[in-house]
Order: sequence, then structure tokens, then C-alpha cells
Amino acid sequence: VNVLQTLVDAIALGTIYALVAMGIGLVFGVMRLINFAHGELLTAGAFALALTNHLPLAVSLAACFAVVLALALAMEVVYRPLRTTTPTTMLVTTFAVAFLLQAVALLAFGPRGQSIDVLPELNRAVAIGDLRVRWVTLVSIAVGAVLLTVTALILARTDIGLQMRASAMDARTAQLLGVRATTVIRFAFVLAAVLAASATVLLSVSRPLVTPSWGFQLVIPALVGVVVGGMDRLVSATAGGFAIGFAAAVLGDVLPSGGRVFLDTALFLLVILVLLVRPGGLFARSRVSWERV
Amino acid sequence: VRRLSSAPQLLAPVLLLAAVGVLGTFMSRSVQFQFRFALVMATIVIALYVFVGNSGVVSFGHVSFVALGGFAAGLTTVPEALKLSLSPDLFPVIASAEVGNAASLALAAAVGGVFAFIVGVPLMRLSGLSAGIATFAVLVIVNNVLRNWEAIGPGARTLSLVPETTGFLQATLGAIAVAILAFAYQRSRFGRVLRASSEDPAAAQGAGVNIYRQRLVAFTLSGALAGFAGGLFVHLLGSITTQQVYLDLAFLTLAMLVIGGVRSLWGAVVGALLVSGVNSLLLTAERGLNVGVGEITVPTGTRLVTLGVVMALILLFRPRGVTGGREVTLSRLG
Repeated sequence: VNVLQTLVDAIALGTIYALVAMGIGLVFGVMRLINFAHGELLTAGAFALALTNHLPLAVSLAACFAVVLALALAMEVVYRPLRTTTPTTMLVTTFAVAFLLQAVALLAFGPRGQSIDVLPELNRAVAIGDLRVRWVTLVSIAVGAVLLTVTALILARTDIGLQMRASAMDARTAQLLGVRATTVIRFAFVLAAVLAASATVLLSVSRPLVTPSWGFQLVIPALVGVVVGGMDRLVSATAGGFAIGFAAAVLGDVLPSGGRVFLDTALFLLVILVLLVRPGGLFARSRVSWERV
Repeated sequence: VRRLSSAPQLLAPVLLLAAVGVLGTFMSRSVQFQFRFALVMATIVIALYVFVGNSGVVSFGHVSFVALGGFAAGLTTVPEALKLSLSPDLFPVIASAEVGNAASLALAAAVGGVFAFIVGVPLMRLSGLSAGIATFAVLVIVNNVLRNWEAIGPGARTLSLVPETTGFLQATLGAIAVAILAFAYQRSRFGRVLRASSEDPAAAQGAGVNIYRQRLVAFTLSGALAGFAGGLFVHLLGSITTQQVYLDLAFLTLAMLVIGGVRSLWGAVVGALLVSGVNSLLLTAERGLNVGVGEITVPTGTRLVTLGVVMALILLFRPRGVTGGREVTLSRLG
């Protein structure tokens, strides 16, 4: 029973991280850009939820999605000059944007944070056999599965999805064949925003205190998961996000109580190990030999 | 002639660092601290540059070498009784160790270099993003261990009462020494080979270059310099916590390097001093900046926002850095 409990919790956390990771992977696919400021989308959404606590649920959720979407579209515009620069400059610039947005949040809302209370009923537990599972766990798994499936279908079955996949494979050739880079990139940001806003709502139930670094702290493991999973394909990036959430939850339960403070050490040692064995990513299609010297 | 033409490449950064050191002594007390802090930041960024600039591989891990150097230098210059009151479980060898200022800096460099070498042996095989994330993992692990293992340090508590020996002399000479070592490395056979191999890995390997070994050399040297910079850091502040030498510092120093221009020593120095300068200007402005005709006062808290805007704008519109990643040459001066 204990094992099952751990598994359910781990799957729920993994699913939420997969949503975040898929958003990062979508943008990376069409733009080759790792967006450190992805976490600020989550933070913005969380503040939107916190500020609309007293309003009806539908209004709160709408505010959250609208704010995240607006910020994502603004990011797309700001990042346009980056399309032609080196990976290092891209990485550091997105960090500078994250730094800036956190500073704005700090200025506007202060360091102590605000609490979100939009879906308190999801914190109640439900008994399934011997298991006691919180509603949010079940909802996270269900919502996450639906969103991941829908995104996969959009990529597989729609015209814009095809264009995105073409750009991810070979951006130059895709553009020569008439794919408009800006349209594709903007759509990637829209999808990433929807996934990020959904993750924000789900995460806000178990982490209701939103501070300026709320999203940043959540996105770091997701980003690491994306690289560990394998950036070359969206599936492997998303699976990597799931894996790191899953591993973090399992390690949290497995480690002895005295060793739990060293959870990060265990998790990131695992990350290094995976990278050394499979530098192209855990779920990458083949061992990528050029990644090593 | 070739020898002469390379002289400005070293002289320009050294003179700039010296100028900051000399100019700083004429400032008011609180501004003096800002100048010394800028010199220590420049030292960290130069150390980072030795690896990132020459190898083309991003490293988030260097701040962990700064952290280890800082704690090593701090723990060996604080009285035993104080150490044990902070952390009773401290290993006896650490608790009883007490050395002078210079020895503590040497120790910081040694700790940084040895740790970088140990970490580098497995990690230097990686390239690109995998390498970046692996060094990031090192940063997280070092922070997590330092924060929670109280046998090797004060844990999450502040290590204070460290002698504040990083005055202008130590800050300036330290930064200049690190700049000279960085220059000597990049002019050496090792530095040239590594730089060539980062520009064309296939050709370098074809010419018989062992990229792995070259990267390991650069990583170890740059780790030692970062550890030394950590020693300067702790002796500047007189105290240190694990949070001061973590993500924020890692990203800030990397941003300084890219803003200056990743590929040149000149860029590393200019980037570090420019961002530090903007930051302290804003700090002063929050208290009221006298501009001759009157005082400009910016609202408290806007400093970080302005700094973020400045950094983002430079990165977006000068993606190769303000120096373009070039060294200073005679032809450009004249």
C-alpha cells in the first residue's frame, strides 16, 4: 500500500512537471531557445490567482490564463532579436529576463508573498481502498493526461502542428518551403502558456504561498528534466520532465528522514549519472556520440 | 612586433583594474566598499572566463568553487571557539585549523582547483547543454551539502567574524594577479589549442588534439582561480552564507561575462566592472545622487528592476557583448 501511495503521488508530480517541460520543449523546438523565464509565466499566473481570491472561480481562472498568455506573447516579441545569436547569449538573456520579472514582482508584491485560495476543496482526501489520495493528485493526473494528449494531437493532426514539427526538424528548410517563422514561434509560445497556466492552477493547490521566486524554483527541475530527457524531441523532453518529478517524489519517500535534506544531492547526482551515460538524453532516440569529446 | 602588439591585450585590463583600485580610495566609505566589491566580482568573472571563454562551454558550476574557496578561507581564519559554537559537530581538523591571511587565500585556490579537477574528470567529456546542466547539478549539490552537513562548515548559519583583509590593496592585486594568469594561459600552447578546438572541434581532433584533456586543464585552472576569488570574497565581507554563493551569483557572474563579451579577457573585466558600476550607481541613487544641479533620487526597490532592464537590453542588442569579444589592440587604440 505504501508503495502504491508513493507511486500515485510521484505520477501526479511527474505529470505537472511534464506540462512545464513540454512548454519549454515546444519553444526550444522551434527557436532553439531554453527559456529560463518560463518560470515567470507560472509566477505571473499564480499572482493572478492570488489577487482574484475573492472573485468567482471562473474569473480567477480566466485571469490566470489571460495574464500568462499575455506575458508569453510579450516574451515572444522580446526574444525576436535572439533568433540569430549564440546559445550562450540566448541562455543568459532569458535569465536576465527572469531576473527582471522577479525584480518587478518583488517591487509590486514584496518578498513575503501572497496566498492562493481558489480551489481549497481539491486539498481534501478521498479514500480508494486503503489509499488516501488528495483530490488534487487525481485531478492533476487527469488534467495533465488530457492536456498532453491534446497538445500531441495538435502537433500531429493540424496544419500549424505540422509546420511546428517541420521547423523543429530543420528551421531553414521549413522557411524556404513557406513556413512563417514568427507564426510558428508565436503559436509555440501560446501552447506553452496554456500548459504553464494549467500547471500553475494545479500547483497552487499544494503550494499556495506565491513569492516572486515561486515559478523559478519550480521550473529549474523541469528545465533540468528537459535536458536529461533529451532536447532533440518533444516526447523525450516531456518524458524527462515527468521523470525528474517522479524521481524527486520517490526519493522524497525513500530517503531516510535524516537524509531527506540531501534530496537535491541525490537527485542531481542521478542527473549527472544519466548525462554521463547518455549525454544526448535519457529518452533520446540514439546515443549521440558528437555530444562527447 | 608581434610581442609588442600583444602588450595592450594584457595592459588594458590590468590598467583598468588598477584604475578602479586607485580611484576607489578617493571615495566615501560606503562607495569604497562598492569599488572593492566590483574588483572581487571582476576576479570571479575572469576565473569563469578562463574556462568558458576559451572552451566555449557554459559553466554554472564555478560559483560552487567560489563557495568552497570562501568557506575554506573563512573557516581557517576564524577562532576555534567561535567555529565550535556555530557548529559543534565540526571535524576536529577543520575546527583546530588556523592560518594567516595569505595562507588562507592559497588554501582557497587549492580547494577550488582540486575540487574542479575531481569534478572535471567525469564532466569534461560532455559538451553543449549537457555540460551546462551537469555543471549546474554540481552547483546544486555543493550548495545542498554545504548547507546541511555541519561537520564541514556552519551549515545554514552565517560564518561571521572573518578578518576583513580584502582592502583595496588585496582586492586590486588579487584581481590583477588573476588577470595576468588568465592572460598567460590564453597565450600559452594550452590556451591556444583549446580555443582552436572550440572553434572547430573536428579539425582539432583531426590534428591530434585531446579536447577532453585540454578542457580539464582549463577547468582546473579556472576552478583554482575561482576558489581564490572566493577567498577574496569572504575576506571582503567578513562573513559568508551558502545562499550568497548560489544561483543568483552564478547567473549574475555569467551575465557579466556575456555582457562584456565571452571570448576576451577584456570583455570579462569590462562586463564585470560595467554591471557592478551600474549596480552601485543605482544603489547610490536610491539614497540620493548628487548630479551638480540637484539630487536624483530613485524609489527604493527599483534598483533590481533597472539593473534587469539594462542587462536585458545590452544582451538583446549587443549579443556579442559590449567589447564584441575582442581584446584591445594597438590598431584599435590608434
